Amino acid sequence: MSTSLPTNNPPDEPSRLVDDFVPTLIDVGAHHLCPGCGEPIAMRCVMEAIDERELTARSVAVFGIGCYTAFSNNLDIEVLQALHGRAPSLATGVKRAKPSTIVVTIQGDGDMVSEGLQEVLHAAARGENITCIMLNNGVFGETGGHMTATTVLGQRTKTSLEGRDAALHGRPILLSSLLAQIDGTAFVARGAVNSAGNVARTKKLLLRALTAQEQNAGFSFVEILTMCPTGWFIETEEAPDYLNDKLAAVHEPGVLKDVLGQ
Amino acid sequence: MTLRMAPQAKDPQLLQGSEAIADAMIAAGCRFFSGYPMTPFTEVLEVMARKLPEVGGVCMNAESELEAIGMAWGAAATGTPSATGSTGQGLSLMQESLSEITLARLPLVVLNMGRAQGDYYQATRGGGHGDYRHLVLSPADAAEAIDLIGLAFDLTERWRNPVVVLGDYYLAHTARSVTIPAMKTRETPEWALDGSSGGTRHAKLISPLGTAKQRDDVGYDIAVHYADCVAATNEMIANVEPLAEVESTDDAEIIVVAFGTPGAYVRAAVRQLRSDGVAVGFIRPITLFPFPSDLVARATQGVKSVAVYENNQGQMLDDVRLAVLGNAPVHFIGGLSLDSSGFGIAPDLEVSVLVDRIREVAAQ
Repeated sequence: MSTSLPTNNPPDEPSRLVDDFVPTLIDVGAHHLCPGCGEPIAMRCVMEAIDERELTARSVAVFGIGCYTAFSNNLDIEVLQALHGRAPSLATGVKRAKPSTIVVTIQGDGDMVSEGLQEVLHAAARGENITCIMLNNGVFGETGGHMTATTVLGQRTKTSLEGRDAALHGRPILLSSLLAQIDGTAFVARGAVNSAGNVARTKKLLLRALTAQEQNAGFSFVEILTMCPTGWFIETEEAPDYLNDKLAAVHEPGVLKDVLGQ
Repeated sequence: MTLRMAPQAKDPQLLQGSEAIADAMIAAGCRFFSGYPMTPFTEVLEVMARKLPEVGGVCMNAESELEAIGMAWGAAATGTPSATGSTGQGLSLMQESLSEITLARLPLVVLNMGRAQGDYYQATRGGGHGDYRHLVLSPADAAEAIDLIGLAFDLTERWRNPVVVLGDYYLAHTARSVTIPAMKTRETPEWALDGSSGGTRHAKLISPLGTAKQRDDVGYDIAVHYADCVAATNEMIANVEPLAEVESTDDAEIIVVAFGTPGAYVRAAVRQLRSDGVAVGFIRPITLFPFPSDLVARATQGVKSVAVYENNQGQMLDDVRLAVLGNAPVHFIGGLSLDSSGFGIAPDLEVSVLVDRIREVAAQ
């Protein structure tokens, strides 16, 4: 017996399969992330970029801990699972021991900026030939919407109920801006997945970052702003605009640094 | 990879313990090492930084012990024989990763060039979270350390479980004549990551949460994975032979137990007492985990008493008592003994002091 949630607006036609598309290199497409989450879109961008660059049989993805960890065991590229915050040092070990690999880290803002800031800064300063990818939604989504080091001022979380207050909670760290100032970085950019246009632009940023790694140009970094309607305590359909108005107003999308020749 | 070092045993040479350990690691096949300077571990890192690149290996001076263990974790996942280390304090920082590396079933050799002997619990019980055990080897001098480093790399490769080599300040900083064994090459294991299984529909996964892919319709099942880890640990414990140095126990009325470098001083005290006609025997556990419990139980059957020396408040004491199982009184004749540096120069490690303490036990 199937169960359905009560609704005031029942569909006027029976459900039908629109498409049976499984994204590239994502084996089963199944995940248990919330409706409206931006992380599956970001993951798909990463996988498509690896596939397009024909790096599938050279890549090792090092995963942090967050909602996106749901993807660590359903990808068709090799995966090494790290602790919360520690992916850049594991990625360093993989790359130094096997320089032929293409190594990417998948981390959230809580993982990379709150718990693991030291790791990513030092990896960048070493000019480590890895690509770190941060999925930034400004909250600890997996624990249920708590304040991270990138939560913007005024943003409501379970540990900043009246909104993040600079006097009480401090100010957000703009990691991309910080990394762009470090000499060891070759490419630093910030994208978003709240619209089709931004998804396409984000994929181009990822392709550029992979190119930097292929050319041994140094540390490459792509921050991707993702929606978290659950952790933001808003309606699912409001999340893309909320991302635009709140997060992107502080963590501005764009290419912050690119030392590669055109 | 070209090896400049000739693949045969070298002539005896006068080496500090730290350098002997580093040379032994390279000879045992270690090709990745990461660390953060801390006395008395520092010299091992120095020597590895100098010598590992000469054989095509990588040595990283990490930003902290957290990154040092992380880098070794990543390198170990590529199947590269890897090691890291510190003193007990630095290993405290590494414990979270050590727990997860064990649950990810990765091989790794971990040095603890400890200060005094306060890290027995940390090494044998593990200072991290969760349900795991590490094999722990405890050399008494540089020559034995060389053998145990080779054994550590063999054991960690065989059991895919970290192996701790517990040394100390004396071991690190005392020079003696030693022979470094022939260079060993190790096969890359089939589970190692290099990216090449990507796109095959069976891409490899190394994770402390398990290795079952969602495609197999199970996803991560932590209950199953942890149970598998326990089974692997039990098989390891059942098959790793406990090692100990045993001397004059057959007719002994008193057995003295000590480990590590202090064990050599206690052995000297026992020999002096023997020459004075005191019926005393000596056991020095070499594998601290698995502890040579059966051997201690057999040797102490029917003795008058057992004495334990260690340079701490009494940690191995627990394992000795568990082995003796109440068949004889177990006296603690050790205790924290430090100079002002805290590194582990022990005023108590004076043979006449140890002789007096053993005589006190004999008189009881």
